[in-house]
Amino acid sequence: MATSGSLTVAEWLANPERETETLNAIARRALDQASDGGADQAEVSVSSSLAREAGVRLGEIEHLEEARDRGLRVTVYAGQCSGTASTGDLRPEVIDECVQRALDIARHTQRDRAAGLADAALISESVQEITRGELPDLDLWHPEDISLDALAERAITMERAGLQADSRVANSEGGSVSFEASLSVQGNTNGFMGQRRSTSFSQSCVLIGEDEQGMQRDYDWDSARRFSGLSSPDETGAQAAERTVRRLGAKRVPTGPVPVLFAPPVAKGLLGHLISAASGGSLYRRSSFLLDALGESVMPEQFSLIESPRQPGGPGSALFDADGVATREQPLVDRGTLARYVLSAYSARRLGTETTANAGGIRNLRIDGPLTPCDKLLAQVGTGLLVTEVMGQGVNLVNGDYSRGAAGFWIEDGEIAWPVEEITVAGNLRKMFLGLSAAGDDTDPRNNIQTGSLLIDRMTVAGQG
Amino acid sequence: MFELARSQLLDPTGLDQSDIESTISRLAGGAVDFGELYFQRRVREAWSLEDGAVKNGSWDVDQGVGVRAIAGAGTGFAYADAITLPALIDAADSARAISRQVSQGQVRLAPAIQTPERYISVDPTSEGRSADRVELLRTIDAYVRSLDARVSQVSVNIAGSHEAILIAASDGTLAGDVRPLVRLDIRVLMEDGDRREQGFSGGGGRYRLSDLMTADFWQPQAREAVRQAEVNLRAEDAPAGHMTVVLGPGWPGVLLHEAIGHGLEGDFNRKGISAFSNRLGEAVASPECTIVDDGTLADRRGSLAIDDEGTPAGSTTLIENGKLVGYMQDKLNARLMGVEPTGNGRRESFAHLPMPRMTNTYMLPGQHDPGDILASVEDGIYAVNFNGGQVDITSGKFVFAASEAYRVKNGKVGAPIKGATLIGNGPDVLTRVGMVGNDLALDNGVGVCGKEGQSVPVGVGQPTLRIDGLTVGGTH
Repeated sequence: MATSGSLTVAEWLANPERETETLNAIARRALDQASDGGADQAEVSVSSSLAREAGVRLGEIEHLEEARDRGLRVTVYAGQCSGTASTGDLRPEVIDECVQRALDIARHTQRDRAAGLADAALISESVQEITRGELPDLDLWHPEDISLDALAERAITMERAGLQADSRVANSEGGSVSFEASLSVQGNTNGFMGQRRSTSFSQSCVLIGEDEQGMQRDYDWDSARRFSGLSSPDETGAQAAERTVRRLGAKRVPTGPVPVLFAPPVAKGLLGHLISAASGGSLYRRSSFLLDALGESVMPEQFSLIESPRQPGGPGSALFDADGVATREQPLVDRGTLARYVLSAYSARRLGTETTANAGGIRNLRIDGPLTPCDKLLAQVGTGLLVTEVMGQGVNLVNGDYSRGAAGFWIEDGEIAWPVEEITVAGNLRKMFLGLSAAGDDTDPRNNIQTGSLLIDRMTVAGQG
Repeated sequence: MFELARSQLLDPTGLDQSDIESTISRLAGGAVDFGELYFQRRVREAWSLEDGAVKNGSWDVDQGVGVRAIAGAGTGFAYADAITLPALIDAADSARAISRQVSQGQVRLAPAIQTPERYISVDPTSEGRSADRVELLRTIDAYVRSLDARVSQVSVNIAGSHEAILIAASDGTLAGDVRPLVRLDIRVLMEDGDRREQGFSGGGGRYRLSDLMTADFWQPQAREAVRQAEVNLRAEDAPAGHMTVVLGPGWPGVLLHEAIGHGLEGDFNRKGISAFSNRLGEAVASPECTIVDDGTLADRRGSLAIDDEGTPAGSTTLIENGKLVGYMQDKLNARLMGVEPTGNGRRESFAHLPMPRMTNTYMLPGQHDPGDILASVEDGIYAVNFNGGQVDITSGKFVFAASEAYRVKNGKVGAPIKGATLIGNGPDVLTRVGMVGNDLALDNGVGVCGKEGQSVPVGVGQPTLRIDGLTVGGTH
C-alpha cells in the first residue's frame, strides 16, 4: 500500500517517468555516498513495484491484496574488498545508513582479485548505446489500472468454468488473478545508469477432483505482458479441470528402465539444471557436472540451445545484465556442443575468461533443432512414461545424479494409457542430455526457458516391486 | 518483552496506543469480523567464506506494518513500509475494501499479554565485532582443510537476525516479541580421482551469535561435513524399488513434516482439500506413533514465544498412539472451524498474510534400541541424512531426498549408497512403522519450510524408525 506522500496507483502507472526519476535520484545519492565514504567503485539497484491480486474460492472472494514495494541494494568495493547492504526503507537517513553498513563490511572482508565492476570498456559500450538513444523497445510495458473488483470478477468466472467443466471436479483451492508493474534503475560508478520497466498479468486456477480412490489436485495458469494477452478465464478454468480429472485413478508402475518423456513444465526444469551446471558459481566452486566440459558434446548434435535476451515481449527480456553489460543473442549449446558458460563479470574473472553478459542469469533460452509433433513423440516412446510433475530436491549438480518423485501417465503402444503416481525417476543428468532422443513442437513460450516436451531414451523408474 | 518490542518499533515513529486503537477502530467496523495491525522490524547480517577468504558480507534492514481486515472467509490486505499515521490509515482503508459496508467500530485493546520467556532478547547483529566473525570463518576453513587432504572447497556462512514484532487486533489482542535467530553452515567438496562429492553440516537457533562461535559448537559441525563428503566418495548406486527403510534419528524427521505435518494444517482441512480432511479420531499411524508440534521448546529455531497473531505458542498433539487427534490452527481457520487457535499462525514478514504453519514437529520416543531395529532388517536401506522434501497435500504423496544412506542386509549395515529420493503416501506411511527407537533427537537447527511462497524457520525430530515398505528411487 502507498507510503505517505507517494503517488497514487493511477499516477504511478500513468507516469512511470516520475517514479523512475525518484529512483534515479536515490541511486545517485547512494553512489555519491559510497564514493565520499572511500569506495573506489560501487554499484546500486533500486526498484519500485506495484501489485494487485484477487483470490477467490468457491465463488467467494478469499483475499484482496494491494502491495507497493521499494528496495535498494548497494555493493561497494574498496581496494578489492567488497560489502553489500540492502533496505526496503528508502528514507534518506536509512539509505545513508545502508551505504555506511556496506562500507563497514568492506573494511572487514578480505581482498578478492576478481571483485569489482565489469570492465570499463564493456560498461562504456553500454553507456554509448544508451546515449545514442537507439535502444530497441523490448515491448514489456503495458500498464492498465485494473481494479481489485475487476480482478476478482475474472477469477470467479475462471473458477466457475473449471467447477462446471466436469462432474468429477469436487472442490477448489481457488482461482487468482493478479498484475504487477515494476520499475528499476541500476547504476555504477563507471557511469552506467540503466532503466527497466515491465508489466505482468497472471491468472491461475487450482481444482480438486475426486473419485472413489481419493482426491487429486492440478492447475492451469497463464501470464502475459498485456492484460489482453491472457487466455480467456473460461479456457484457463476448463484446462485446470481437464488436467485435474485426468489424474484420477492414478496407480504405480513396476520398477525398471524405460524411455521417459518430460512434458514442457518439467522439461523446462531439466534445462534449468543444465544452465545451473554451466553457470560460473557452480564452476568456480568445482561443483558442476559440466566442469571442463567446454567444447564437449553435451547433447545429440541435432539440438542447440539459443539465448535471445532482447526478444520483444519475452518473459526474461533485458537490454543489460545485472553488471550493466549489453546482452546479445548467442548459443549456449551449438549443435550438441557446449559453446560457452553462463558468466557474470565476477565469475568470468574467477575462471580467467570474459563475461557472457549473464549477470543475473540466462534470458529467454529456447531449444532449437528438429521438433517432433506430440503424436509422433508418443509413437516413438512406444511403451514408457510421460512425466507431468516432479517433486523434491533430488538433483545433485556436483555429479549430475538425478532422482525425483514423479507423477504422470503410462504410455502403451504409443498412446496415453492411464495416470501414474507415487513413483520415482532416476538417472544422471550428463547421460540424460546425451540420451535426448527427441524434442516436441509443443513449445511453451510463457517461460524464460522455452521448450516443448523432451524425450530421454532411458531412465530407471521405481514403483512397485 | 512487549515493552522492548514497543520501544524498538513504535517509539522512534511517534505512534502511540491511541493512534493504534483509532486505526483498528477505522478498520474493524461494519461487516469486518476482525482487524489487525502487525508491526515488524528485522535486521539481518551475514558473512561468507569461500576459496579460503571471507569475500562477502551483507546487511539488510526491513520494516513496515501489515494491515488486514477479515469479513467471513475473505481477507483484505495491504501494507506500508513506512510506520507513520497517514501510511497506516491508507493501508487500513485499502484492507477494509474487502467489506462494502463502511462504518466505524470502537476498539479498545486489552493490556499487553505477558510474553513467555522462551529465548533471550539479544540482538545478534549488534553483538561482538565484525573482525571476530571474519576470524572465526578463517579458523573453521583452516580446521576443515586440516581434516582430510582430499578437501578441495570449503564454504562457511554465518548469519544472524534480530526481529521485533508488535501485534494489535480488534479482538483486543496486544502483544509483542523480540526474536533472535543465528545460524552457521559448513559445506565441503572432496575430490578423489574423478569423483567429487559434497558434505554439509550446520546448525543454529534462537540464541547469541557467540554461542555458535565456540569450538565446542563448530568443530563437531566441521567434522560432520567432512565425514559426509568422505562417505559419499565411497557411495555405490542406490537400489530402485519398494523396500524396508530405516530412518535415523533427528533431521530425518523431515518425513513427519512432509508426510503428516502439512496435511494437518488448519487451512487445508477447513477447505477439505487435505488427504487428512475429516479424519479426526481415525487411526492413521501404528499405535507406537505419537507426534507433536511444539513451539514452546527453549532456544529452538522453530520455537516462538507468541505466534505472529499474538497467540502464545503451544504444544499440539497431532497423532496420539496412532490416532489423529489435532490440527494446527491460526485465528481465521480456528474461527471458521469452531475451534481454538493453537499458536501456529505464522507469516514470513509484514508483507505476507499469516497462515497455519508448523513450529518444531517431532515424534516421541518408543521402546526399541536402535541397534535392534537395524538388526531386524533382512534387506533394505538405512537413511541417516536428507536434503529436504515436498508434499502434495491433496493426493498425500510426499518425497524426501536422502543425502547419506547405506544398504542393509541380514541385519548388517553395508556400503554407503548414493543420494536417492524416497516417495510414499502420507496417510498410510506411518501405518507401516514397524519399530520406534528410544533415541529421540531434534535436528541441529537448519530447517526452512516453504508454503505458498512464504519461508519460515522450523524444526523437526524423531527417534530411529523402521518403515516396512517405502519406494526408493535409485538407479538399479
